[in-house]
Amino acid sequence: MGMPAGTGLDPDDDVAVVDQGFRAGMSSGPEARKTAGEPFTENPRMKCRKVNVFYGDKHAIIDVSIDIGRNQVLSMIGPSGCGKSTFLRCLNRMNDTIEGCRVTGTIKLDEMDIYGREVDVVPLRAQIGMVFQKPNPFPKSVFDNVAYGPKIHGLARNRSELEEIVETSLRRAGLWKEVKDRLSQPGTGLSGGQQQRLCIARAIAVTPEVILMDEPCSALDPIATAKIEDLIDELRERFTIVIVTHSMQQASRVSQRTAYFHLGNLIEVGPTEFVFTTPRHRLTEDYITGRFG
Amino acid sequence: MTTYILLITVVVLSISGFLIGRYRASAMCEAPGASVKLHSRPSYYGLLTAMWCGVPALIVAVLWHGLEPAIIDHLVLSDLPPEIRSLPENRLSLVLNDIKNQAAGVMFSESRDPVIREAADHCVRLRAISRMAMSVVILSLSIIALVAVQKRLSPEMRARNHVERFIRCVLVVCSTLAIFTTVGIVLSILFEAMRFFKAVPVTEFLFGLKWSPQMAIRADQVGASGAFGAVPVFVGTMLVSAIAMFVAVPIGLMSAIYLSEYAGSAVRTVAKPVLELLAGIPTVVYGFFAALTVAPFIRDMGTMAGLDVSSESALAAGLVMGIMIIPFVSSLSDDVINAVPQDMRDGSYGLGATKSETIKYVVIPAALPGIVGGILLAISRAIGETMIVVMAAGLSANLTVNPLKAVTTVTVQIVTLLVGDQEFDSPKTLAAFALALLLFIVTLLLNIIALYIVRRYREQYE
Repeated sequence: MGMPAGTGLDPDDDVAVVDQGFRAGMSSGPEARKTAGEPFTENPRMKCRKVNVFYGDKHAIIDVSIDIGRNQVLSMIGPSGCGKSTFLRCLNRMNDTIEGCRVTGTIKLDEMDIYGREVDVVPLRAQIGMVFQKPNPFPKSVFDNVAYGPKIHGLARNRSELEEIVETSLRRAGLWKEVKDRLSQPGTGLSGGQQQRLCIARAIAVTPEVILMDEPCSALDPIATAKIEDLIDELRERFTIVIVTHSMQQASRVSQRTAYFHLGNLIEVGPTEFVFTTPRHRLTEDYITGRFG
Repeated sequence: MTTYILLITVVVLSISGFLIGRYRASAMCEAPGASVKLHSRPSYYGLLTAMWCGVPALIVAVLWHGLEPAIIDHLVLSDLPPEIRSLPENRLSLVLNDIKNQAAGVMFSESRDPVIREAADHCVRLRAISRMAMSVVILSLSIIALVAVQKRLSPEMRARNHVERFIRCVLVVCSTLAIFTTVGIVLSILFEAMRFFKAVPVTEFLFGLKWSPQMAIRADQVGASGAFGAVPVFVGTMLVSAIAMFVAVPIGLMSAIYLSEYAGSAVRTVAKPVLELLAGIPTVVYGFFAALTVAPFIRDMGTMAGLDVSSESALAAGLVMGIMIIPFVSSLSDDVINAVPQDMRDGSYGLGATKSETIKYVVIPAALPGIVGGILLAISRAIGETMIVVMAAGLSANLTVNPLKAVTTVTVQIVTLLVGDQEFDSPKTLAAFALALLLFIVTLLLNIIALYIVRRYREQYE
C-alpha cells in the first residue's frame, strides 16, 4: 500500500506498513531501494521518515525511514561509505556543522520534529548525546570533562550538586573506581578505553534521552571493547542507544535491532537475531556472510 | 691562470669524474662473464668520484686565498731593510699599505722611495708565484683524486654510504655556520659592551633614571656631561610595545577566531591573504604613515579634547606598530586554532554547547599555549621594531608612562648613536652596544619562553 507524503507519519499508517514488511517507495531518488524487514516499531522513541541527505550534489542518504525503539539498542551496520555514520549524525543534527550538507524528510524525537523551525539545536543535542569514534576528551581535567555539559546547561546549582552529577556519571560509565583519585588530572592522560568511557560519562552527565555512538570501540583493544559493550548493555535501562559499528559480532552482542545500510539505502531492519540468522534481503545476506564489505 | 678559470676547470674535471665513475661502474657489472653485483647504483660511484675530484681542490683553493695575503706580507716585510722593520707597529702597517698600493699600480702613490718600489716588485713576483703554485697544486690534486678513486673502484666499494656520509657532513657544516654567525654577533656586541661598561658602571646603566648620551669632547666643554641610565629608554620601549600589543592582540586574536571558526571558505580565501598583506608592507611605509597621518590626527584630536599632546607621541607609534603586528598574531593564532582537532569541537557540539561556548571553553583553552607563544613572538618583534619608532616616537628620553608624550626607545637610541661619523672609543658610541646587548637578552628570553610553550603545546597532540 502506498504511503502518501505528509500522512506517512501517522501511527496507524506505520502499523500497516509494518504488516506489509516493505515500505512502498513513492517519490524516491533514482537509486532508492525498498527496506526489507521491520523498520517500524510500536511506541518508538525516534521516528525517521523519508530522510534524504545531500552533500552538495552527492546524494548520501536516500529515503530512509526507520523507528528507534525505546530503551533498546539499535545497531547500524554496513560497508564503509554506506552512509550509516551520516545518518547517525542526522539524528542530533551534527550535520548542521558541515558546510554544504542538506537534510530533508522528518525526524521526530517523541512528538517533536527535530528539524522543525522552532527547534533550537542546542538543547536538542543535550537530549540526544553523542559518543565519537575516536575518544576525544577535552584537554581539561577528568572532573572538568564530565562537568562541562552540566555547567553549560546550568544543571547544577552549586559545587556539591556538580560533584554529585560528576560522580554519578562516572559511576554509570564504570569509570569511577579507576579515576576517583585523579579527578584533577588531565583527561587526555587516561588510557584509550578509559578515555572513551570518560566520553560516555561526559555524554550521560547531561541526562540525554538518546545516546548516539559512532563506532565507539574501533580505536580500542578487545578488553576495553568488552568493557564498553557491557556498559552499553547497562545503559540501555535508562537510555535509548543507536550504535554504528563495523563489527558484526559487536552488533549481535549489544543490540536488540539491527539496520543494514548499503550505498545510502536502508536495506533491511529487524530484530538482531533474525537479521543475522535469516536475513530477508540478498544484500544483507551477502554482507553478513562476508561476501563483500 | 685566473681563479675563475681554475674553478671552472675543477668543475669540468668533477663532471667528467662523475661520468667516468658512472660509466666504469656500470661497465663492471655489465661486462660479459661478470657475475658480481654492484654494492650501489652506478651513479653513486660517479658522485663519489666527482666529490673527491672537486671538494678537496675547492677547500685548498679557499684556504690558499685565506692564507696567501698574510704569508706574502710576512715575506715582503722580512725582506725590508732593518731600519724600516724596526718601526712601530702602526707605522709599519702604513709602509705595508704603500707597498701594496704600489704593487696594485695605484697612481697617486707612485713612490719616491726605491726601497718601497723594490718591495712592491717583490710583492708582485711573490703573488705571481703563489698563483702559479695554487693552479698546479689544485689541478694536480683534482687529477690525482680522480685517478686514485678510479683505481679503487670495485663492485664491493660502498659508494652509496660514502656519498650519504658526505652529504651529512655538508648539512652539519651549513647548520653550524648559522649557529656560529649568531654566536659571532653576540660576541661582538658583548665585547663592545664590555668596553662601555669599563667607562660606565653596569649598575648605573641598568638602574640610572637619566639618559643623555652626550660626552664632552674637550675637557672644558660646558653642558655635556653624559648620563647613561637605560631605564627611561626601556620604559619607552615597553610603553610603545604595550600599546602595540593592546591593539594587536585583541584584533589579531578575534580576527583569527572569526576566520577559522565562523568565516565561510569564500570569505577565508579572500580575507586571509589580505590580512597577511599587512605583514608585507615595509616598516618604513608604516613609519611615515605613523608620523604624517596618525600622529597629527592624534594631536588634533587631543587638542580638541583639551589635552596636551606632543606631535610625536608613544600612542601614534604604538597604534601603527600594533597594526603592523596584527597579521603576526592572527596568522599564528589561526594556525594553532586550526590545529585543534575537529573531534574536540564535535565533542562539545555533541553535548549541546553553542558555537561560542565551544570556542570559549574548548577551542581557545586547547589552543592557548600556541596562542601565548605566538603573542610572545609578536612582543619580541615589537620590542625590536625600529623604523616606526624612529619616525614617530621621538628622540627625547622622557621617563613617563603617558602615551601622549614623546618617548624614545632602545632601537631609536641605537640608531641615533650609530648614525653618522662616530668615534668608537667614546662611551657615547659604545652605549649603543650595551643597549643592543640588553635588547638582545630581553628578546632572547622572550623567544625561549615562547618556544618552550609552543613545544609543550605540540607534545599534547602528538
